[in-house]
Amino acid sequence: MKHLIRSAFVIGRRDFTATVLSKAFIFFLLGPLFPLLLGGLFGGIGAQVANRTEQPVIAVTFTAPDFARLSAARDRIAPALPDPGLVKFVHYAPAADSNAQVRALLKSKSPPIRAVLTGNLDQPRVTGAVGGDAGLLNQLRLTLADARSPQPPQQPPAIAVTEVAASSGSLAHDRVFTAQIGQMLLFFLTVLLSGMLMSQLIEEKSNKIVEVIAAAVPIDAMFLGKLFAMLASSVVGIVVWISAGALLIQTIKHGGVQTLPPPAVGWPAFLALAIIYFAMNYLLLGSVFLTIGAQASTAREVQTLSMPVTFGQVLLFGFASTAIGASDSNNAIIAAIFPLSSPMVMLARAAERPELWPHLVAILWQALWVAVILRIGAQLFRKTVLKSGPRTSLWRRLRRT
Amino acid sequence: MLRSASSNPASGALAVEARDLVKDFGDTRAVDGVSLAVPKGAIFGLLGPNGAGKTTTLRMLLGIIDPSSGTRSILGHQRPLEAASEIGYLPEERGLYPAMHARDAIAFMGALRGLPLGEGRRRADALLAGHDLGDWARKPIRTLSKGMAQTVQLLGTIVHKPRLIILDEPFAGLDAINQGRLEELIRREARSGVTIIFSTHVIAHAERLCEHIAIIARGRVAFDGQVDEARSRLRSIVRLRTRAEDGPWRSALPDSARRVGGEWVFELPQGGPEPLLKALIDGGAGIDTLAIERPGLHDAFVAIAGSAAAKDMGQEKPQ
Repeated sequence: MKHLIRSAFVIGRRDFTATVLSKAFIFFLLGPLFPLLLGGLFGGIGAQVANRTEQPVIAVTFTAPDFARLSAARDRIAPALPDPGLVKFVHYAPAADSNAQVRALLKSKSPPIRAVLTGNLDQPRVTGAVGGDAGLLNQLRLTLADARSPQPPQQPPAIAVTEVAASSGSLAHDRVFTAQIGQMLLFFLTVLLSGMLMSQLIEEKSNKIVEVIAAAVPIDAMFLGKLFAMLASSVVGIVVWISAGALLIQTIKHGGVQTLPPPAVGWPAFLALAIIYFAMNYLLLGSVFLTIGAQASTAREVQTLSMPVTFGQVLLFGFASTAIGASDSNNAIIAAIFPLSSPMVMLARAAERPELWPHLVAILWQALWVAVILRIGAQLFRKTVLKSGPRTSLWRRLRRT
Repeated sequence: MLRSASSNPASGALAVEARDLVKDFGDTRAVDGVSLAVPKGAIFGLLGPNGAGKTTTLRMLLGIIDPSSGTRSILGHQRPLEAASEIGYLPEERGLYPAMHARDAIAFMGALRGLPLGEGRRRADALLAGHDLGDWARKPIRTLSKGMAQTVQLLGTIVHKPRLIILDEPFAGLDAINQGRLEELIRREARSGVTIIFSTHVIAHAERLCEHIAIIARGRVAFDGQVDEARSRLRSIVRLRTRAEDGPWRSALPDSARRVGGEWVFELPQGGPEPLLKALIDGGAGIDTLAIERPGLHDAFVAIAGSAAAKDMGQEKPQ
């Protein structure tokens, strides 16, 4: 065991330094920051555009007194309606040719008009693209009804409000949100990072150094070293990205990261579990990828294998996401037991359920599977790439593994 | 004749011992019952044409691949990886990380064999300087010439001061100067008590370096023993030129004697040169010249492995 760990360390140290000290690693670190930056930039612009365009404008060709009553009615009911969906009325004096006026107004670009309200308060008529927007029509009906028979202004009754930090309903909602975010982050980070493991052995195989390594250290140590080296490189990347992300949240969200919905196990335990589950997810999927990639002899073969592998990951993510909001359901338990989806499911559980002991069991279970997959991968590598081992049945090989 | 490992001295005096190694790749038997006994401190040559099974045998000895059947012991260990820190291995297909600096590549190869990285770098600097590559110590492997890179890999093979060095076709691809340097390095290591096994398909290298050889042909050991033993399997060749064309002296020549360009060429008779000489002088041959040539390793190889294998071996000439 000591030899295995020492050998894995030698391999891992080489791979880690070769990765982190390369110029390409700078681009690797910056890569995910570009979308973050661009997302923030375009998101801000998009929000401004949305703010400008989301308030529907209705052109009104009522007489001036009718329009005044309509505007007054709108002002009365405005506080009870959602702000972005509240209609804005713009008055136009009625023209002789009403149809021509409507057509002209609907073509107007400044302001862009959603619909034209013609006629009068008693016989209103709406022309425009409002068929699919029941909310808009209901708002118009409500406003017209109030304009026809104005309600005397009343003082709304006072309601005593006792604010609590969280209720069961709000907590459940928030924790599901945290679970979703956590699981999604875990998935994306693993997709982004563990795929690199597919090509990890190409270098050794193409420059023949695999022969030197295989003669000096156990193949298991080579797999283990490569896996942990890439995990360590990924952690360096994640530290950079999370720091940048936290800085961004701190900058754009009032109150910063502290305002994110708290997970059931609490933030410190959740973050610790998130790190462990990321490592486990990476090691589990990575060991599978390393095993698959080890069978490929060229970069082209690795590229060909990448797409089905990514689809496989998406399926696992879909499977794991069925556990969100139903931690004790059969689905969730099966997904937690299945090693490749287990880390994602258990992270979601950490957001939703406060017990810690299931995590200890899950981590041990996942670690066991990392060892099993690595062992199988190493055996397969010896058998298929190094062409080693006596001809034995798969069952015997598995039993021996 | 196949010398079995059991006929060798006690295992304690053997660096490597293999018994009945067999390796099958699918339906192809690459190695078929190879037994070897390599004494400690020997320079042991594994001779054979391409595809004879030399590399597969070495890979089995090193534990890179497992034999389909048979056993091997390397420096007293049944599992070769247990002796990894005492073994240096230069594979036939050379390979280094192109972006690695020369000294780091050597230190890395040492680290794989248990040498601390710092010590490995220190030794790498000294080794590189000793091989006129001191200026290249901090240059990436990709900037080195092929010969330089091969030297770097060879230095990586010995940086951890192994007790056993296994070199698979070490002379392949080297120019005459570097072949000479490598031969000198092998001799130097052997003088310090290191056991060296190398495979080659160039007989001249084995002839110059080895005390012990094994000849492998078609996956089998055709001969395993000392070079002299291989040679002694053949009788010396006598080349005789006489002034007399005929006479009683002719009865001293064996029936197989043949005329080659005015010379009689035949195997030295069983009794040795003295009775032959006496019979020639007494028979009035009038000896002009008489040369007794000891057979070379190539002749022994032809006799042992067959002329077809020898033809394969002869494809690459030593420099």
